[in-house]
Amino acid sequence: MLRLELYKIFKKPRTYISFGIVTAFALVIQLALVADGKNFIAFAMQGVSAQFDIGGNVLNGYLVTYIILQSLLVQIPLLIALVAGDVLAGEANMGTLRLLLTKPVSRSKIVLVKFTAAVCYALLLLLWLAVIALGLSILFFGTGDLVNMKSDAFVVLLKDDIMWRYIAAFMFAALAMTTVAALALLLSAFADNSIGPIMGTMGIIVVLMIFSTLDLPIFDVVKQYLFTTHMVGWKGFFDDPVPYDAIRFSAIVLVVYTILFVGTTVFYFRKKDIKS
Amino acid sequence: MSDNIIEAKALSKTFGSFTAVTDLSFSIQQGDVYGFLGQNGAGKSTTIRMLLGLIYPDAGEVYIKGQLFNNRSRHLLQHIGAIIERPNMYLYLTGWDNLKMFARLSGKPIKEQRLHEVLEIVGLKGREQDKVKAYSQGMKQRLGIAIALVHNPDLLILDEPTNGLDPQGIAEMRLLIQSLSRDHGKTILISSHLLYEIEQIATRMIILHRGKKVVEGAVGQLLDPAETLMKVDILPDDSIGVKLNSSEWNRHIHEMSAAKLVFKMHPSQMPALNNWLVAQGAQVLQIRSSHSLEAYFLSLTNEADVKAGTV
Repeated sequence: MLRLELYKIFKKPRTYISFGIVTAFALVIQLALVADGKNFIAFAMQGVSAQFDIGGNVLNGYLVTYIILQSLLVQIPLLIALVAGDVLAGEANMGTLRLLLTKPVSRSKIVLVKFTAAVCYALLLLLWLAVIALGLSILFFGTGDLVNMKSDAFVVLLKDDIMWRYIAAFMFAALAMTTVAALALLLSAFADNSIGPIMGTMGIIVVLMIFSTLDLPIFDVVKQYLFTTHMVGWKGFFDDPVPYDAIRFSAIVLVVYTILFVGTTVFYFRKKDIKS
Repeated sequence: MSDNIIEAKALSKTFGSFTAVTDLSFSIQQGDVYGFLGQNGAGKSTTIRMLLGLIYPDAGEVYIKGQLFNNRSRHLLQHIGAIIERPNMYLYLTGWDNLKMFARLSGKPIKEQRLHEVLEIVGLKGREQDKVKAYSQGMKQRLGIAIALVHNPDLLILDEPTNGLDPQGIAEMRLLIQSLSRDHGKTILISSHLLYEIEQIATRMIILHRGKKVVEGAVGQLLDPAETLMKVDILPDDSIGVKLNSSEWNRHIHEMSAAKLVFKMHPSQMPALNNWLVAQGAQVLQIRSSHSLEAYFLSLTNEADVKAGTV
C-alpha cells in the first residue's frame, strides 16, 4: 500500500515543483556567491576582522551550504506541507477518498501509510537538498574550515571535522520535517480541500516561529515546548562543543509532537463521516 | 443460513438538526437487482454510505453476509464493489493504473488477466492506457464499474450511476447493468432518482421519502397490472357518473368528475369499459394508462407527506 501511495505522490506534477524550487533557490545563492562572494564575506566578517586574522578559503562549500540551509528554514516546511497537506484533503477534494474507503483497508492503516509516504517524500526532498546544496557548493567553492558566524560569537570548525556534522544535521532536519509532515497531515484530515491544510501548516509554523524567536520573558516558559523552537536544533551540530543535551531534548520534543499529531489524526479520521 | 448479502437494521442518521435517515431496515438477497428510489435528499446516499462504512449510523446496524459490519470488520468490504455518486478517480493516472491500484486494495489476489476481463465487460478495452482526465463522463462511469467489479464482489452498489450521462450513455449504462445481472450473476443495489431507470432494471425496490421507508418489495408485485390507473377524458357529462355508480364498473372507480374518469383496473378490461361508456352515450376523447412507477411513486410520497402533515 505504501508503494501505491508513493506512486500517487510521484506521479503528480506538483510533487516536482518542490524539487525545482529547492534546486533553483540553492543555485541562485551559489551563483550569487560565485559572483559577489568576496564582498559578502568582507561584510559579514567586518566586526571580527579587526581583532582576528582569518585566512584561507573562508568562502568554501561548507559555508555556502550553511548559508543555504539557514535561508531555507521557512521554505522547506512549506514544500513539505504542499504534499503532506494534500494526502487526505486532496483525496477528499477529488472524491477518491470515498472510493478508497470502500476498500477493505482499515482507516488507521490508510492514515499511517499516507503519513509514511509523506515522510518518504520529505526525506527525499532533504536528500535532494543535501546533494544540491552540499554537493554543488563543494564543487563550486571547494572545501575548507567552516567559520560559523553567530550574532555574539563565531566558531571555527576544522575542515576534517565538518562532514559528520552535516550528516547529523540532515538527520535532525529529517526529524523536524517529519513533525511538519505530521502537522500537515492532521490539518489535512479536518479539511476537504488541500489549500486549508497547506496554508494552516504554514500559518502555525510562522506564528510559532515568531514566538520562538521573540526574546520576551513572557514567552520563555512556553517557547521551550514549542516544536518550532526545536526545529532549528540541527544548528547545534555546528557549535563547539556540540550541545548534545539540548539536541537530545529538541529531538524528544519533536518526537512527542509527531506522535501527538499522528495519533490525533488516526483518532479523528477513524470516527470521521466521509460526506465529500 | 440467510441469503441476505447485506442487511440494514433500524439505521438512523442525523446531521445537526437535519434527520437524513430514520429507522430504516431492508435486506438485499442473492440475485436481486435492488432499486433504491427516492427524490434528491431522500436519504439514499446517506444510507449507501452507512452500508459501506463511510458514514457511521447514530443507531442501527449493518450486516454483510450475516456478519456485523463495523470498523473492526472492514474486511467484509471485500464482498462489495461500489461507485458512490460521481466516479472520481486519479485523473493524472491512466485507466489501467487506476484499475490496478484499486484492485490491489481489494483484499483479494487479482491477476492481470482479470483486469483485462473487466475492461472488456465495461467496454473500455483499448482505452486503458489513456489518462483518466481524457475520459468522457460515460467512460469514467465505466471505469468506476470496472473498479467495483474487479475483485468479483458478491454485491455491486451503484449510487446514481447514470448521473451526468447523456441519453445515449444512460441507455448504454442500463444495458451494462442488465448484463451484469443477467450474464455475470451479480447482485446489484442501484440508487436513482430517475424512476424510469429503476423500473427498467430492478427486480425489487425500496422507496425512501424524507429518510423513511415508504414501501419495499418485488417490483412485479408493487406494480401489479390490476392496479393500473386508466384515465379517461370525456366531453363533460354529469349523467355518466350516476350511471357508473350503479354499474358493475363501480368497484374500479378511483376518481371521477364530469370530464375525467380514473379507474384502477387491469388494462385488458379497458376495451369492455370503453364499449360500455360509448353505449351509455359518453363521448370519449382520450384514454391513457398511467401505471408507471412514477405514478406509483408520486402517489406514495404524496400520501406520506399528507400523513406527516408536510403538505
